[in-house]
Amino acid sequence: MRVTFQNVFPLRTARVHEVCGAGAVSFAAMTAQGRSLWIRQSWLSDTVAPQGLMPFVNPEDLLFAHPKDQADALGVAEETLKDGVLPFVILEITRPLNLREGRRLQLAAKAGGTTGLCLIPKGMGSNAAETRWEASPLFDTQSEDSTLQRWEIIKNKSGTLSVWSVKWDAQTRRINVVSEVAQR
Amino acid sequence: MRKRVVSMWFPRLPSDRVLRAGLGHIADNNRPFALIHHEKNTDRIYCLNPAAEAQGLHRGMGFSDARAYCPDLQSEPADKIADAKFLHTLARWGKRYCPWVGLDGTDGLMLNIAGAAHLFGGEAKMLNDMRHSLARAGVKGRVAAADTRGAAWALTHYARTYTEDITSLPVAALRLDAKSDTSLQRLGLRTIGDLLALPRATLARRFGPDVMLRLDQAMGAQDEVIAPLGEAPHYSVRMTLPDPIGLVADVMMGTERLLVRLCDKLKAQDMGARQLQLTLRRVDQGAQQVELRLAAPMRDAARILPLFTRGVDAVDAGYGIDQLRLEATQVERLLDAQINASKASRPDGLEDLITRLGNRIGLDNIQRFLPADSHIPERSFQSVPAAYSSPSGSWASLHSRPLRLFTPEPIAAVGSKPPVQFRWRRMSLTTGRATGPERIAPEWWLPDDNWRSGVRDYWKVDTREGRRLWLFYTPQNPGWFVQGEFA
Repeated sequence: MRVTFQNVFPLRTARVHEVCGAGAVSFAAMTAQGRSLWIRQSWLSDTVAPQGLMPFVNPEDLLFAHPKDQADALGVAEETLKDGVLPFVILEITRPLNLREGRRLQLAAKAGGTTGLCLIPKGMGSNAAETRWEASPLFDTQSEDSTLQRWEIIKNKSGTLSVWSVKWDAQTRRINVVSEVAQR
Repeated sequence: MRKRVVSMWFPRLPSDRVLRAGLGHIADNNRPFALIHHEKNTDRIYCLNPAAEAQGLHRGMGFSDARAYCPDLQSEPADKIADAKFLHTLARWGKRYCPWVGLDGTDGLMLNIAGAAHLFGGEAKMLNDMRHSLARAGVKGRVAAADTRGAAWALTHYARTYTEDITSLPVAALRLDAKSDTSLQRLGLRTIGDLLALPRATLARRFGPDVMLRLDQAMGAQDEVIAPLGEAPHYSVRMTLPDPIGLVADVMMGTERLLVRLCDKLKAQDMGARQLQLTLRRVDQGAQQVELRLAAPMRDAARILPLFTRGVDAVDAGYGIDQLRLEATQVERLLDAQINASKASRPDGLEDLITRLGNRIGLDNIQRFLPADSHIPERSFQSVPAAYSSPSGSWASLHSRPLRLFTPEPIAAVGSKPPVQFRWRRMSLTTGRATGPERIAPEWWLPDDNWRSGVRDYWKVDTREGRRLWLFYTPQNPGWFVQGEFA
C-alpha cells in the first residue's frame, strides 16, 4: 500500500522528524503549528526574517534560541521537547547526529508529547528519525506568488516512501497537495 | 525621658564631597574651588571652599564674574543627586551614635540622642567625637545639641559658640520665611528674646500662626518629630550548619528553607527576584556560587527551587558545606496580579522554560522578534531577549518578503534588468520569471555601511531550477546582489 499524504502529514507528534534540501526552511515554516522554538547556532550568518514567516506562522508565536555550538543546541532541544510547553521545536543541525543523540531527542519528544523537526544538511540524517523529508522548491509556470514545492519522504519508520507537490494556501493557511493530473 | 536633639549642618557639603573624594583634578582645599550650577542660561556658583570665599566670591555669583575676580579658580559641575547620596551616607554614619537619624533639608542631619549619650561618656564627649570625625573626613560640619529640634538648628546655623543661649540669637534662627523675618526686623524685633518678651496674643494676631509655631517649636512648647530614615530593604538570607553537608538533596533542602525566607521578604516589599545567587561556603573556606537568572520576576519558592537543580548539581562540595547564603542580587517590582478569567495571561510554564534554557545558554540568547519601523529589510524587525519583552502583534508587510535573509552576495550581471542566466553559490540558474522592481532608499539619517551603494531595486526572481531568490540592483553603483530566498 502506498502511503498517502494525510498519513504522514501533519507530522506525527511525540516524534522527531528530519528535513533536508533547499526548501528545508520553508518546510519548517509550513509545518510549525502554534508556539514553537527555533534553535539555530549563533554563528550562522543568515537570518530567518519574520516578515517572510508571516504567511506561514505568526511571528509572535516564535521564540529563537541561539546556542553557541551543537552540544548546547541539542541540550536546549532536549530540554524543550521534554518540557512540553512549546509544542513544536525546530533544530538546525550542522554536524551529523549519532544514534545516541538522535535517540535521546526521540525519548524527550515522547516524554513531552511534542514534535521536533531537525533541519539537516543533505545526507546527515540520524537513524532514530521518525520520517525524513527532502523539500525542494519548484518553478511554477502558472502563478506568480507561488510556493510550489516538491516534498519527498525519503525515510519513513511506519510506511512506504512517496513524493508530492505541495503549495501553501495563504488564505486558509494550510498545505494543498497539487494533484498529479494538474501537473501534466 | 528628656528629649535631646543634635543638629548637624554641613554648610559646604557639595564642595566638600568633591574635594575629599579627590574628584576634582586638584584635590587641594587651599586653592580656590567652586562647583558650578547651570540655571536660567547662566553658570552660577553653587558651592565654594573657604579659599574661594577669601577671594571675594560668593554663592549665586555668575561664573564668568568669578573667573574675572579669581583667574585660578578651579571648578566642577554640581551634581545634586550625588550630594543627596552623600548626605545619606553621612546619615548612615550618624547611626553609630544613635539609631534615630533623620535628614534636615539637603545639607543637615537631626539625631535624637536621648539615652545614647552615656555610651560615649557623656554628651560633650559625644559631640567632640562627632566634630573630630567630620574634621578627619574633610567635611566641614557644625554640630550642636539642644532640647528641641528648633533650638539645635538655631545653634548650628546662627550661634557663634555652641553653648550660647538661643534667646540672644537673631529671629531668623527660628527657621522663619524671609517675609516674616523682614517684617519682624522692621519692627525692631531683632532677637528671639525680643520676641519672647511680647504678649503671645498680639504676636499671633500680627504675624500669623507660623511665627508662633516656630517659636514654640524652638522653646519646646510644641513637639516636633524627627523622621528617621528607613533601613534599605536587604534581600539576602543565610544559614550556618553545625555539621558540614555534601549531598545534593541536603543542599537543595537547605536552599529550600532559605528560599522560603527570602520569598517572604520579597513578598513583604512587593518585589520579585530577577537574579539570585546562592553561595555555598565549604569547611575549607572555599566558596562556590550558583547563579540563577530568571526569565520573569518571581517570588514563588516552589517554582524557583527546581530551577536551582542544575546549578547545585555542578557544585563541588569538597569536604562539605557548612554555610549557605542566598541573595537576590537583582530585584524588580512585582505587584500581586488580579486573577482574571477572561484575560489570557502569559503562561508560567514558558517563563520557567526560558529560565532553564537561559541558564544553559545565557538568558540573552533566547530571543523573539519585535516589529521595527523601517523599510530596510534587515532593519524592519529586531531580535530582543524574550525574558525582557512581551510579544507584540502589529506585524504587517506591504510586499512579500523572503523567508531567509543573508548578507548580500554579489553575482556577475550587467544592466538594470535581472540577468537571464547567472551563477550563485556555484549553481547555474536561469531566470524563469522576475517580479519587480521595488525600490528601497537608504535611511540617510542612520549611517549604515551596507547601504553606502545608494538606492536598491529589489526583484523577486523565480528560477527555472526552483529557487526563488531576492535580487537587488544598485543603479547608483551598478551591481547585482542576492540578499534573500523566498519560501
